[in-house]
Amino acid sequence: MKVELRVNGVSRTADVEPRKTLLDTLRENFLLNGAHAGCEHGVCGACTVLVDGEPVRSCLMFAVQADGYEITTIEGLAPAPGELSVIQDAFCETHGLQCGYCTPGMILSAHALLQHTHTPSREEIVEAISGNICRCTGYGQIVEAVQFAADRLQKSNALRPEHVRPGHSGAGHDAPEEGVLEADAPTEIVR
Amino acid sequence: MKSAPFEYIRPLSLAEACALLAGDEDARAIAGGQTLVPMLAMRLARPAKLIDIMRLPELAGIRTERGAVVVGATTRQAIAERDPLIRARVPALARVLPWVGHPPTRNRGTVGGSIANADPSAEIPLVAVTLGAEIMLATPDGPSSIPADDFFIGPMLTAIAPGECVSAVKFPVWEHRSIGVGFFEVSARRSDFAFASALAQVALDEDGRCTGIALGVGGVGDRPLRLDVSPLLGTRLDATSVAEAVHAVASDMDASSDLHASASYRRRVAITLGKRAIEQARTEAGAHALKGAA
Repeated sequence: MKVELRVNGVSRTADVEPRKTLLDTLRENFLLNGAHAGCEHGVCGACTVLVDGEPVRSCLMFAVQADGYEITTIEGLAPAPGELSVIQDAFCETHGLQCGYCTPGMILSAHALLQHTHTPSREEIVEAISGNICRCTGYGQIVEAVQFAADRLQKSNALRPEHVRPGHSGAGHDAPEEGVLEADAPTEIVR
Repeated sequence: MKSAPFEYIRPLSLAEACALLAGDEDARAIAGGQTLVPMLAMRLARPAKLIDIMRLPELAGIRTERGAVVVGATTRQAIAERDPLIRARVPALARVLPWVGHPPTRNRGTVGGSIANADPSAEIPLVAVTLGAEIMLATPDGPSSIPADDFFIGPMLTAIAPGECVSAVKFPVWEHRSIGVGFFEVSARRSDFAFASALAQVALDEDGRCTGIALGVGGVGDRPLRLDVSPLLGTRLDATSVAEAVHAVASDMDASSDLHASASYRRRVAITLGKRAIEQARTEAGAHALKGAA
């Protein structure tokens, strides 16, 4: 069957058997090997991709079901070749990965979360990555990485707290209500 | 872990989908596929044809009808979870949805899919049975419906006939002024299959007397069960009356036993969770009543 998919902003066609998963199609037909094949039955989350911006298991979707959606893989996150997205960089910075097998899925789940909020609570982060299994890190540094990335994203386009006039809460901007963590000192992290 | 070959068909109308499902006993409907695709991958299911109903316009959308909210079968669980109408009118459904799978499976998994799958420990069927929802069906002869209590027959077994598919679930809306919901479940890991779960919905009048109550338990028997706790109507849902009513109705209920939990354990957990769920629902309804008065 011929399918036409939108992957990382580019239209691509493939001729696939109906039983071929989106995961296998991304990896074998489009050579997007960042989506990893772990359990292949929807448990581990290594194959996570974004479908219309929301994380989805690509092993639980057939390629023939995926036309008409905007699909984003880990290859689609970096702003330019050789660069890292803020979240990818935060994972490196906080040692949020060891073997790296779960990392693309973790980063895409975190990316979707941080599209919705730049001030996620620890519970929200844990819930967002609850469908992704990591056997190396014990999750501590991954949660730290997402908090760190959130903090950076929050500051990247926000007024500095000292520039906010007294009596002006910053509401209406994406500025935080009160003083924020420094990006290099994520002291608020609760272990 | 690859599916056996199948033919993939995406019909353009519900009538066409029903005709395809009726015409071939090896045809199966697929929507979100969050349970069916793992079964295909493990070859526990080998349908010859998959009929994709996910994009049928007839199965989409959430709407209100007199005294009910009708949730289209292909409404994704993540959409239902965030839907303001469901939050306001069917709070029990909104309450359990965060417990269904994980965020990525809720992004694809559908409300109707969970109903049609009929896992005894699944949360959405528990809501349907507890509230007495109607399961709306599309059949080759046109629309029909069946009460949730009659729809679920056993584990992964429903009253659905070949050529039929779930088109929507009609959840009754309680019009009482102050309503509260309570929900608890016990599983090995968060979001795993529940060994036992309990859902309660309670309505209180201004004096804190119970004017409506529904209690259901999941994961205990081979399908979700609605428990009759009507003796609690008119009481203030004090701990003693609640314990009496729950024990009276749940002490001899059928329970299944497996590697993870014995029948007796499941029953005991369900009784405890049932009492807690009613208590939580009462507290929530009481808080609403106070807020309404102030």
